[in-house]
Amino acid sequence: MMETVTKTPTKESSTEDIKYKLIAENIYASYDGIVAVKNVSMKFRDRAVTALIGPSGCGKTTFLRCLNRMHELTKNATLTGKVLLDGEDLYSNKVDPIINRRKIGMVFQKPNPFPTMSIYDNVACGLKLNGVRDRKILDEVVEGCLKMASLWDEVKGDLKKPGMSLSGGQQQRLCIARALAIQPEVLLMDEPASALDPIATQKIEEMIQELKKEYTIIIVTHNMQQATRVSDYTGFMYLGDLVEFGETKQIFENPRNETTAKYVQGQFG
Amino acid sequence: MITPEQRAEFRTYFRYNVGRRLLLDKIVKGTVFLCVVVAIVPLIAILVNVFTNGSAALSWDFLTKIPGAVGSDDPGGIGPAIQGTIVLIGLSSLIGVPVGVMGGIFLSEYGNNRYGRTVRFFNDVLAEFPTIVIGVFVFVLVVLTIGDFSVWAGSFALSIVMLPIIMRTTEESLKLVPVTYREAGYALGIRRYRVVFTIVLSSAKSGLVTGILLSVARIAGETAPLVFTILGSSQFINGLDGPIDALPLRIWRLSSLPYDSAVTQGWGAAFVLIILVLSINIGVRYLFLRKKEKTFLKFKRLGAIS
Amino acid sequence: MVDPLISGLITKYVMMTDIKMKKGSPHVDKIFKYVAIGAATYVLVIIALIVFNLGTGSAQVWQQEGISFLTGSDWNSVEGRESYGAAPYIMGTLVNAGIAMAIAIPLSFGIAMFLSELSPRLLRTPLAMVIELLAAVPSVVYGLWGLLVFRSYIRDWIEAPLHNVFGDNSIIFAGTPFGLDILTASIVLAIMIIPTIASISKEIMMAVPNSQREAAYMLGATKWEAFRLAVLPYSKSGLIGACILGLGRAVGETMAVTMLIGNATGAAAFSSSLFQPGQTLASIMANEFAEASQGGLHLAALVGIGLILFMMAFAINVVAHLLVAKVVKSHEGAVLA
Repeated sequence: MMETVTKTPTKESSTEDIKYKLIAENIYASYDGIVAVKNVSMKFRDRAVTALIGPSGCGKTTFLRCLNRMHELTKNATLTGKVLLDGEDLYSNKVDPIINRRKIGMVFQKPNPFPTMSIYDNVACGLKLNGVRDRKILDEVVEGCLKMASLWDEVKGDLKKPGMSLSGGQQQRLCIARALAIQPEVLLMDEPASALDPIATQKIEEMIQELKKEYTIIIVTHNMQQATRVSDYTGFMYLGDLVEFGETKQIFENPRNETTAKYVQGQFG
Repeated sequence: MITPEQRAEFRTYFRYNVGRRLLLDKIVKGTVFLCVVVAIVPLIAILVNVFTNGSAALSWDFLTKIPGAVGSDDPGGIGPAIQGTIVLIGLSSLIGVPVGVMGGIFLSEYGNNRYGRTVRFFNDVLAEFPTIVIGVFVFVLVVLTIGDFSVWAGSFALSIVMLPIIMRTTEESLKLVPVTYREAGYALGIRRYRVVFTIVLSSAKSGLVTGILLSVARIAGETAPLVFTILGSSQFINGLDGPIDALPLRIWRLSSLPYDSAVTQGWGAAFVLIILVLSINIGVRYLFLRKKEKTFLKFKRLGAIS
Repeated sequence: MVDPLISGLITKYVMMTDIKMKKGSPHVDKIFKYVAIGAATYVLVIIALIVFNLGTGSAQVWQQEGISFLTGSDWNSVEGRESYGAAPYIMGTLVNAGIAMAIAIPLSFGIAMFLSELSPRLLRTPLAMVIELLAAVPSVVYGLWGLLVFRSYIRDWIEAPLHNVFGDNSIIFAGTPFGLDILTASIVLAIMIIPTIASISKEIMMAVPNSQREAAYMLGATKWEAFRLAVLPYSKSGLIGACILGLGRAVGETMAVTMLIGNATGAAAFSSSLFQPGQTLASIMANEFAEASQGGLHLAALVGIGLILFMMAFAINVVAHLLVAKVVKSHEGAVLA
């Protein structure tokens, strides 16, 4: 069964929709009895960076985890809604979650490379999991992903070194390479630079600008300056609702909603 | 930069063996569940067997009388064994508990140095000692020098078994008391020993009691240290410097006799012993450990449990 | 009107008693500290005494036999021809523990995996408690149950079929199965050490940070694959430590083994068939104590066996603690064993 969806639209859809790689519709999500995301719908454009901002506890991370079916791994989690990747519902019952999870890559807040694996194995493990055995292909993908993650030049000398021997910023880029290795269409990033020093943060932000040329990137951040530097579109969430969504410039310079205005001006959060 | 077209091409190398992977996942889940079932079956079997066979032997006579002559019509009871176990537990606690608690206090309050580490290490060693070796040791040290098997020897041996457990569980319980409690005491000008006794110990009370009760349950079932030290007896206690019987020892002796009555008595004694041990274990878990998951995990590793 | 001098003295006296009651006398503090140190030192004293007594108590047999106490297999307590060698029992201990480990380790890991990864949260604590109750059952009760109940099942359902299929041609299944033999003792021993290995393993697996598992899930892993990728490598040395702790317990286990292993002595105790009676270091001590309690070389031999057993258990437990402590102490950084 071929997994990739051909892009020819079979029904009437406005030309607007074709540009959206990922569409989230009416997501309700809760865990442990707490409702974290209330009826949020968003559309994410291809080859663009969308940032999700909001104060702690607003549900942005939960929402992010709904996009690649990671939310259901939390204890007592419930979720309703649809997530369409290239038109195909990731939550359809026909397909086991593990197939859909690999279509979207994720990078977490704290770098979490596999400590017992080398740099090479860390990047390649997603491929090996999916049955790729060909050494040439593995080498090619590992190199390509490490280059995309701006890590290749620093590690190409010895890929057999353990993943944990890298610095914090390098480990995070390793995790990005690992996420990219499974050839996802979308890359989710949950506050990827919050545990890193400013120089490492800058490296990652530059990398994101490069990556967006070929990927759809959704980044959760609590750092508003980062959102302005890095993203094209921004969604502001508060207490589980999507308060406002639009181009980053507009959100920060001309917010339409009062709460948004207060947040971007730093009055709370 | 890997373009979408290149991505699609790389994806063709993915083997769509998801079905097989999911099947393997299911098989592993099933096997692992089976392991749990296989482990629980013997426990249930033992409890069922002991309860059904043992209850046949139970009677007031059984619990209080002395054993009859071997092979005779009147099998008697296990009174001395029950008395012995209780006395042994009491006496060993008399030695083991104070020393263990004070030792635990040392490790927790004064033990953050090399000496503390040494003591901790050897305490762990003692905790894992084969108990039969402890029995031999007490035999050589006490029984041979004094010249007779005695309650003292048995209690001393059991106290060595319970000591490391109490010491470590005390240490862990005290360590769980926040430093701020102690600091508050010092700030009020209270002396260290007072702080430990009145503030720290009372906060750690339940952990301490848990550790002591668990070690009691442990030594109640210990046979090996007693083999070499108390000889066993068919009479009630005749002075603390004479031989004595105990439940586990009696079970062992009964198990080697070929008479049916001995077998029944053996089950009965096992019944009594299991009731004693399990009620302490289960009781302690329900009363104390439900609230303190952390203490529980530490106690496990210390040998008080399993 | 109270004299101001007297009232001043009274106030001072009251204040001083007040301070003493609240703060406590400084001398008691010192005494307290030394009592605590004394209690701790008691442990060291006891261990030193044990080693010393085991040494002196067995001196006779070392003098008489020398190194052949470790390598020889005589076991003759007839006066005038006394000769003792512990080799068969050393091997018996290792074989017994080895078979028990072979059975217990897979089961324990399975249980730990279930409790750590699969079990619903509510089920976890009661289930873990049930497994630990297996450890609370006294050894002598295991022995009794094994002797009176379980052994016939093992004989009829495991040993007889194996003997019928493989017969006397195979070494390890030779001899008519009788039930009181190495195999039965090993199986019951396995049941007894499962709780040890399982609960420590479970704790070690649960100590793996969830972020590791999430990374695996993100790549599209199944639960088993996430375990294989994220949990297993991370906990490897801790799991080995858990096994070795189980081994330490197996080696020292006395009563159940004594009651089930059949009491072979001397060269006959060299285990070749699983269906033959055997003997371990612990069981020979329990079995022969009654005879040897008079003293003499026989007793020295048993004490010598105690010494050997002590050293074996000591070595095993030191190794185990090194492995387990290392893993438990490290937080995020796993031990690259």
